[in-house]
Amino acid sequence: MPLANTIRTIRLAFKSLLLHKLRSGLTMLGIVFGVFSVIAMLAIGEGASAQAQQQVLALGATNIIVVTVKPPPDTQQNSSSGGGRRGFSVPQYGLLRSDYDLLTSTLPSISGAVRMREILSEARYLQRTINARLVGSTTEYSDMNHLQLLRGRFLSDQDERDMANVCVLGAETASTLFPLEDPLGQIIQVRTHRYTVIGIMRSRTASAAIGGSMSGQDFNKDIYIPLSTFRVRVGDITFTRLSGTFSAEQVELSQITLKVRDMKDVVATSEVVKESLKRTHGSKSDFDVIVPLELLRQADQIRQIFNIVLGSIAAISLVVGGIGIMNIMLATVTERTREIGIRRALGARQRDIIHQFLTETIVLAGSGGLIGILLGLSTPLAFGGLKGIVNNFVLNQGNGTSQMGKMFTEMEPKIAWWSLPIAFGISVGIGIIFGIYPARSAARMDPIEALRHE
Amino acid sequence: MYAARLIDLTKFYYLGDNVVRALRGVSADFPEGDFVAIMGSSGSGKSTLLNLLGALDRPTTGQYILSGYDVGKLDDDDLSEIRNRLIGFIFQSYNLIPQYTVLENIQVPLHYRSDRRTIGSEEMNRCLDLASRVGLSDRLDHRPFQLSGGQQQRVAIARALVNDPEIILADEPTGNLDSATEKEIMDLLTALNREGRTIIMVTHETSVARRARHQIVMKDGLIHSEGMLLTEGEK
Ligand SMILES: Nc1ncnc2c1ncn2[C@@H]1O[C@H](COP(=O)(O)OP(=O)(O)O)[C@@H](O)[C@H]1O
Ligand SMILES: [Mg+2]
Repeated sequence: MPLANTIRTIRLAFKSLLLHKLRSGLTMLGIVFGVFSVIAMLAIGEGASAQAQQQVLALGATNIIVVTVKPPPDTQQNSSSGGGRRGFSVPQYGLLRSDYDLLTSTLPSISGAVRMREILSEARYLQRTINARLVGSTTEYSDMNHLQLLRGRFLSDQDERDMANVCVLGAETASTLFPLEDPLGQIIQVRTHRYTVIGIMRSRTASAAIGGSMSGQDFNKDIYIPLSTFRVRVGDITFTRLSGTFSAEQVELSQITLKVRDMKDVVATSEVVKESLKRTHGSKSDFDVIVPLELLRQADQIRQIFNIVLGSIAAISLVVGGIGIMNIMLATVTERTREIGIRRALGARQRDIIHQFLTETIVLAGSGGLIGILLGLSTPLAFGGLKGIVNNFVLNQGNGTSQMGKMFTEMEPKIAWWSLPIAFGISVGIGIIFGIYPARSAARMDPIEALRHE
Repeated sequence: MYAARLIDLTKFYYLGDNVVRALRGVSADFPEGDFVAIMGSSGSGKSTLLNLLGALDRPTTGQYILSGYDVGKLDDDDLSEIRNRLIGFIFQSYNLIPQYTVLENIQVPLHYRSDRRTIGSEEMNRCLDLASRVGLSDRLDHRPFQLSGGQQQRVAIARALVNDPEIILADEPTGNLDSATEKEIMDLLTALNREGRTIIMVTHETSVARRARHQIVMKDGLIHSEGMLLTEGEK
């Protein structure tokens, strides 16, 4: 059949369908939602895996990150120890310097480790201030976190040994405190202490918050000082004043990052880390072990949940839509029995009638598919709204900081462009599958009976 | 030369244990250029005969030879082709396709030609000629519901002619029309016959039957009588 004929058949199919606009529109709904679900599903899946990959890259695929977690209030009271100075007890929790020594000396599979202690603190230069994250760590910290130096130098082993009063600024810290001046060599003040700026880091996009860590890893607002300096200047005990009452807590290390030599040992090593820390920390749940590689697995879980939910919606919609289309086409065939008889009398073969009605069904389903694709393209917008709902009503119940929840809220769906032709193909396929029966029943009519039909 | 020959044609309908003998052995020859009216009371087998002549159905026994084809031996696709190429249908209720325009209705048989050729300028001109022949040049874009009964039947006649058929079959072509329009349509058919077209027409009306060259009267599935009614002028 020449192309011109096919185009004519499609044009005539549109003409027939436009005779019953409302009916055609309603008939398409199932296909519209089915196709929309397929595209949304794939967009969310793509988004989740892209986000996971980005996170894993940012956190280091071979890293194991052990962080200090503030235990829930009731267990904290029972296990408070350490402090006890000045008449009131200072709750102590979190990773210990001895944990670091234990882990680095007992794990043969790791190729590097870095520990750090962090607090949020105001930093000042002249009149300018910024709420920065003061990080005490060692020279390995920048490599371990894939940080890049813009100017000057990072902390050195010598700085650590000397407990030097030096600091390296994150990009935003530097630009906020020194909008005009060259920060190198200047002296900034954090709490009551002064530090000489020796380096500035390149700006970096924030990575996801990890576990119980303070917040999203926004390295740009950091100030790095040697860990030894942190210990003598800031100390383990920090005071916070909250609505008039003082509270104090004692933490030795905020985080220990371990680099595993071989990717395949990461998960096993993380299990060993958990076990040995549990032994020293007992029932105190004051640390968390985060394995960036596991984020990939979690992303897969999210993707699977979405695939199941939306996949079922898609499958049901498509089948229901297909059955709806079949019903309407059967009604159309009955309604147009006379027309079928006329066409047969004028020389149409059975397969011409099949062709005609199948084309109509395919045009109907294909149009539904195109509308579904247009809706699907708006998934990123719709997802934003969904996120709001989930944030407000689901994640805020309970503690609301589960890995999965965070991944969900920080994820952006990505339209998988290859899914568009596939979705269109599926809708056309539905048209063919559910159009065959009505078309055949049209073609099999006896022309004489059809002509007599009122 | 015969346009169509019927040799001892029968058509039985089997309804459970009952057999309806709609045609019980009909023989007739229709020479090229013939114009015959088939008459007879209701249930006598006129429509059954016309359906067989139109290759819409196959006889139970006997032979129907149309332009050298033994229609009873053809399969469904071949019957479609025969109808498309050799037969022009005119129905009592016009049977136009409602969503199509006048021009599109005239073109329908062109789309079902055996080679499935697309409509070229030559065919387009033929459609326009036929439309003007039946006096509808200024109604090409009208849809059937916008036309009177007589005009719709003219569209059907133009459609019947578009593939230059061997015979034209008309089933009560004026059955739904008033007498003035009836005369117009019969004038058109008579003119076509004068040009050499073979026309076989079923009718109840003696006035209409009189316009044919001769008449066949059916009764109980058989040809009861054949002859020539006097035309108006000869009375
Ligand atoms: N499809 C059919 N099934 C059963 N009987 C039929 C069928 N078509 C026609 N008949 C019977 O055949 C006989 C002739 O019918 P028909 O050719 O329609 O007569 P007419 O057109 O002269 O009124 C009638 O008795 C009719 O009931
Ligand atoms: Mg009849």
